[in-house]
Amino acid sequence: MSRERAINLLLAGLLLSVPLAALALGELFYITLATRMAILALAAVGLNFALGLGGLVSFGHAAFFGIGGYVAGIFSSHAFNQTPLFSWPFEFFGSDQMPAIWLAAMLISALIALPIGAISLRTAGVYFIMITLAFAQMIYYFAISWPAYGGEDGLSIVVRNGFPGVNTAVPLIFFLVCYVLLLAALALFALVRDSRFGAALQAGRQNETRLAAVGIAPFRIRLAAFTISAAITGLAGALLADLNRFVSPSMLSWQMSGELIVLIILGGTGRLFGPVAGAMLFVLFEFVLGGLTERWQFFLGLILLGVVLFARGGLIGVLAGKARHG
Amino acid sequence: MSTALIIEQLLNGLQFGVMLFLMAAGLTLIFGVMGLINLAHGSFYMIGAFACAAVAAATGSFWLGLAASLAAAAAAGALVELAVIRRLYDRDHLDQVLATFALILIFSEGTRWLFGSFPLYLDIPQVLSGAVDLPGGARYQLYRLAIIGVGVLVALGLYYLIARTRLGMRIRAGQSDREMIAALGVDIGTLYTMVFALGAALAGLAGALVGALQSVQVGMGEPVLILAFVVIVIGGIGSIKGALVGAVLVGLTDTLGRFLLPKLFAAFLGPSEGATVGAALASMLIYIVMALILAFRPKGLFPATA
Repeated sequence: MSRERAINLLLAGLLLSVPLAALALGELFYITLATRMAILALAAVGLNFALGLGGLVSFGHAAFFGIGGYVAGIFSSHAFNQTPLFSWPFEFFGSDQMPAIWLAAMLISALIALPIGAISLRTAGVYFIMITLAFAQMIYYFAISWPAYGGEDGLSIVVRNGFPGVNTAVPLIFFLVCYVLLLAALALFALVRDSRFGAALQAGRQNETRLAAVGIAPFRIRLAAFTISAAITGLAGALLADLNRFVSPSMLSWQMSGELIVLIILGGTGRLFGPVAGAMLFVLFEFVLGGLTERWQFFLGLILLGVVLFARGGLIGVLAGKARHG
Repeated sequence: MSTALIIEQLLNGLQFGVMLFLMAAGLTLIFGVMGLINLAHGSFYMIGAFACAAVAAATGSFWLGLAASLAAAAAAGALVELAVIRRLYDRDHLDQVLATFALILIFSEGTRWLFGSFPLYLDIPQVLSGAVDLPGGARYQLYRLAIIGVGVLVALGLYYLIARTRLGMRIRAGQSDREMIAALGVDIGTLYTMVFALGAALAGLAGALVGALQSVQVGMGEPVLILAFVVIVIGGIGSIKGALVGAVLVGLTDTLGRFLLPKLFAAFLGPSEGATVGAALASMLIYIVMALILAFRPKGLFPATA
């Protein structure tokens, strides 16, 4: 077993043991903290499909995160108030069941990612970073100025949405739901990374001209990766909305996009468990620094700067040594 | 809708565009010469505004405040370049995004630490207060006209600096081949610091000028920064001319969109619904324009040929 794999198992075990220990000690707050870690990790695993495998630095993934959140909020508010979300071609009253919400969140995120990706992927490098940012801003301003679902004030979810057969209002159960989804997304990531599609995607990151020379158009596989990436981040958004029982335009903000990138880099770029390590570290910083000082963002900034300048490869890079290939 | 109102909105758009140009010129210069994407540019805008407000409040002079804003932003720029940015030139864009994102956190929280969470206010200087008569019966705030004037002067000054001076020649040379001018004996490190400080000073100037129109507060830089990104993407990254055209285009589109679209949709959908749809669409308009331009010209309107 390689050192990285051992660290991955350790991280997965650690994340699972936090809420179990919290339950044993009766400190339920820590379960919420661990759930937040799992959800942010899931969002970052989504982004990692585009950023880690494809080298596509999307600075607009908050758009999909927020869209997922709003799907959860809008579906459950219609289901709660029994008002139709739309009445043509059939009457649809939303849903307060997680599987339906997840499916919708992933589908809608993917459908919105398709045109955004199709335009953004015509460009590369800095242009790509800025265009994805601009598209996310567009959706952000739309959410702020559209009053139907709370506008700037956001939208509350009165009762956490349900999952058939279990009671999601119990913190540990909701954590386990998120944790299983995270593991599923990680498995999908590993599967895609080692598939032909994943190989082409990574080849495109390393050398676009060579990829084109073997007869594979980089644009189409990148668009596919961008769309998958958006769908998974959207799923995470729906979960976060259910955790907070609240969704607001701040989930769509550019800071959120920045944070998602931060999670990946903090954990280690191009690593399977990079987003997990990053999310755990980030939530931990937020919690510990936030408890020590009101100015925790100042110190978070210093830590991030230190990681970029001196600890390339992030947490997993420091623990497991250099990655085998770029 | 009277002509006077339309002239007023056009001028507002132009003033907004000029302000965006001051931001975008620095960003595009820094990217063109150093190949660096700098998210912390909005922080220099904020630093300029805070320096101006603090010095103006202490001395009672807006002009001293303006000088302080230039000095503070340039100093902050030079300091950041020497301490951090310098290490990022040969890194990929991802590292640059992240490091400058960290700088935003540090600057924003640091400013909140120094000045508190409450916004500061900056008064328009006495000489420039009041309004002037324009043809068509419009009256327009003199101060906003002065901002347009400053923008035009800065654009001319930048053109002169880059096209006609030795420093400008070096900047252009740095844009096209940095190894070569280093080999010719130009101290490239100093050149980079100067360009970075110049860009920061322009952003600080913009912040100080706008600070007198809005409140001066933490986080004021980032919305403007994102618009400045849109501007340089539309204009073509690295091109000052593109930044000017893009800034005016974005300024006018945004201002006129917010003014006209609600009225336009109100005519079709009725006043309240129309105003809502129009306002929502207007807030997205510049991004739609940007997407359209990039769909046809992925390198912007004036791609820099480097």
